[in-house]
Amino acid sequence: MTALIELDHVSRTFATPAGVITAVDAVSLALGQGEAMCIVGESGCGKTTTGRLLTGLLRPSGGRLLYEEKDVWLTKGADLARFRRAVQLVHQDPYASLNPTRTVFQTLSAPLFRHKKASSGRQALAAVNELLTRVDLSPPENFIAKYPHQLSGGQRQRVAIARALTVDPKVIVADEAVSMVDVSIRISLLNLLLALAKEFGVTIVLITHDLAVARYFARLGRIGVMYLGRMVELADTESLVTDPAHPYSAALIAAIPEADPDITRSKTRVELRSAEIPSLLSLPPGCTFHPRCPLAEAGLCDVLIPELLPIPGTREVACHVAVRERTGDRHAVTA
Amino acid sequence: MSAAVLARPTLGQRLAGPWLASIGFLRMLSRRPVGLVGFIGIVFFLLLAFVAPMFVPFQNDPSFVDIYQTPSPAHPLGTDFQGKDVLNQIVFGGRDILTVAILAALVSTIIAITFGSIAAIVGGRLDSTILAITDVVLTLPKLILLIAVAAILRPTSFVFLAVILGLIQWSSLLRQIRAQVLSLKERDYVEAARSLDLGLVHIVFREILPTMRSYIAINFIFAVTEAMYAQVFITFLGLVPVSGSNWGIMLYFAQGQGALFFRDSIWYILSPILAITLVQLSLVSFASALEDIFNPRLRGSA
Amino acid sequence: MPVLSVRDLSIDYITRKGPVHAVRDVSFELEKSETLAIIGESGSGKTTLAVGLIRLSPRGTKVTSGEILYTKNGLTTDVRTLDDDDLREYRWAEAAMVFQAALNSFNPVITIWEQFLDTARAHGMKDRHKVRDRADELLDLVHLDTKRVLPAFPHELSGGMKQRVLIALALMLEPQLIILDEPTTALDILTQRSIIDLLRQLREKLGFSIIFISHDLSIAAELADRMITMYAGRVVEEANVDDMFYRPRHPYSVGLLRAVPRVSGALGSVASIPGSPPDLMRLPVGCSYAPRCPYAIDACRAADPPLIPVDTPRHKAACIRWKHVAEVLGSNAEVPVAEKLA
Repeated sequence: MTALIELDHVSRTFATPAGVITAVDAVSLALGQGEAMCIVGESGCGKTTTGRLLTGLLRPSGGRLLYEEKDVWLTKGADLARFRRAVQLVHQDPYASLNPTRTVFQTLSAPLFRHKKASSGRQALAAVNELLTRVDLSPPENFIAKYPHQLSGGQRQRVAIARALTVDPKVIVADEAVSMVDVSIRISLLNLLLALAKEFGVTIVLITHDLAVARYFARLGRIGVMYLGRMVELADTESLVTDPAHPYSAALIAAIPEADPDITRSKTRVELRSAEIPSLLSLPPGCTFHPRCPLAEAGLCDVLIPELLPIPGTREVACHVAVRERTGDRHAVTA
Repeated sequence: MSAAVLARPTLGQRLAGPWLASIGFLRMLSRRPVGLVGFIGIVFFLLLAFVAPMFVPFQNDPSFVDIYQTPSPAHPLGTDFQGKDVLNQIVFGGRDILTVAILAALVSTIIAITFGSIAAIVGGRLDSTILAITDVVLTLPKLILLIAVAAILRPTSFVFLAVILGLIQWSSLLRQIRAQVLSLKERDYVEAARSLDLGLVHIVFREILPTMRSYIAINFIFAVTEAMYAQVFITFLGLVPVSGSNWGIMLYFAQGQGALFFRDSIWYILSPILAITLVQLSLVSFASALEDIFNPRLRGSA
Repeated sequence: MPVLSVRDLSIDYITRKGPVHAVRDVSFELEKSETLAIIGESGSGKTTLAVGLIRLSPRGTKVTSGEILYTKNGLTTDVRTLDDDDLREYRWAEAAMVFQAALNSFNPVITIWEQFLDTARAHGMKDRHKVRDRADELLDLVHLDTKRVLPAFPHELSGGMKQRVLIALALMLEPQLIILDEPTTALDILTQRSIIDLLRQLREKLGFSIIFISHDLSIAAELADRMITMYAGRVVEEANVDDMFYRPRHPYSVGLLRAVPRVSGALGSVASIPGSPPDLMRLPVGCSYAPRCPYAIDACRAADPPLIPVDTPRHKAACIRWKHVAEVLGSNAEVPVAEKLA
């Protein structure tokens, strides 16, 4: 299956007064059409930066961003414009994602007019109504003339999603799009995004730090786990939550508190060797997780950076030990 | 219902629109007493300066018998060194000053907005260039510059004067506008507008500037006050040809003709000072309410 | 005797358009060494309640009725009647609050040591050396390196470290009661885990009672002995943690539990609650949850249901249809709601 959008060994560095930090390091990710996947990780792992690299809002320092198999940063003119419209971002903060001085109608009709999908007020009105219905803001008349401050957080996110839909995107990157929304309505927003994927074939990448949200959203798809700028595991969700291959994924899944007293109080934790998260300015050599990893092998993990390699079950993991154990490969790298 | 809201407005709706908006505006203002007082002050002085002169004859005949009369029913603010009525001069004295001040503020605000936004949005070398020029102008001592320019160019028409004042004033506002736009540029909704490819013009005029409305309006008002002070200053110093009569000229003559030293003539020098001060106060008081009025969130609670 | 006994507490926000009833007739009790979780979403009134318990409410809030009875060594006082001096003693020495570290709870221009010193001085500890010893002791309790943390500024510490410092500060005068506001929100998973484990440890070691407020059910599942769910300013259900998670009787509790997916185990039928919380200035007549409730009948809209005991005396719910809810859920097994409804 050819990928619709792909990150090919993409890196991104930032120069700060304290030095150069590598926010994203050689991340590769290929997404097909209509796929719903999650990128999870803790703060500083580079998932937000990866999201922005996918949307073309940030330029990679290394590697390529491919859309329909063409290098996006080498395209110009109409092709580039097409890409820009094809990949849209939904922001985290519903209180900052909409212009407070513009009504819902103004916000949604501007791109419609700009891209000639409506040429009169009446057409725009019809199109906006349809969009609002599609994001479950019904009846649309109740929302058209409202300002953002008159809407709840969940409603604003729906308007933001509707705005992204005005240009018929092929990919939507939702950066923590449900994190600032009330718990009881997160699921309905996730269901909306999933419906977009299923019924309209839109590829959705949800970036989140909440494993429970990731598990629900990507339950029929994949989850990518990131740590300090690298993708350490990429697997289908069920395999990941039942049998995580990378020790960091295992630690996360074991650590996450669950809304179920019996389960959560009886979970066996994965003890990490250190609670210190290395600074992005001075990453440990070899596998960046090795100082904390219970499986770390001296001479191997602190020397060689593990690549994201396939293991049985259409999954990939970036861990020398895990690859060795799971593939039983006599030729695998050892200390 | 929504179709009605957004369909072409009828003639009646078009005419009623601004009227209804003004009523809403006045209602909001009534909840902010300082702003309301300021607004009344502005209206009063606008009427005094621009409308009153149409109904009151201009008294230009000197009457040496009546020099420095104390206030009386015939001369509520007394007379000047030539026996001319002070109140009459006050009525006619605001027009020039206010016109020039408003024009100057327009010039400086437009320059500041245009180049401030461009510098912030385009960035790079253009930004550095604009900033460098601005910083140079910013460090020039304005009053000295004003004196020098006025002395050299001797502006006679007040449009010319307005332009000069405007050209001296824009620098600090430009930096502020640039800073505001730089920060607004990073807002999520601006980023969304960029990825939706809405275009630079839309982003500046429909996403960024509208959220700066109150900021711009307040700065405009302050520019008006600055321009007024600048005018009065150079007129007082005698750097502009003293033709006609305005509040600044009154001060010039009052000072020059020794009005300070006579108890009877105190109103000749006080009146223009009071007039100028009250206009400034009204402008500033009104400006203080503007931030609330432009905030759509508070508009709903008018 | 319970350490804290809140009776019919009501707190209003005074706005220009009239009073907003943020907390309405809240009653609960907290025993010694017990951990109570107050769970609610935005607009539920939980933060107003927590802050009101130590009378730290911002200007513009008013306690309109009720009592907050605090008991120590057999002596009971109504916190509402304390004068300023007594209140200062009460705060921190008896009841201390740990705010959300992510929300700028520190003075950014002073070091952590100065923060300790300020807090100590404000509560009568003047001897620098004593304060220093105590600070060392406390930071050790929360597993932080004194030498590294005391001279640091808040922005130099990570979110988890800041939260630990706030906990350490709260423990300074050995209070009987600790109130935590969203203790793990905005923290990473591994950091959350360490804070939860720390609280558990400290609780065992020092024996204080805990009230924590959160919208996060999972932390309640971890730490709480008893739970209260709040909706539109009222307590809608009160139960021990197992009863609340496995046998909820109020439709809002059911809805909330159903809306939180698990990571391990079956998903079940996870679903959101339709609609939005009510405008606290325009509350509907009758049960405030009725507009969103799948089990509401006309009687629900007639009058606000009182908080009544359901399955057991200590399990209370404010719903006249609680028996129906029990039927819908079916089994009483220790299985999550989403699975029961699947």
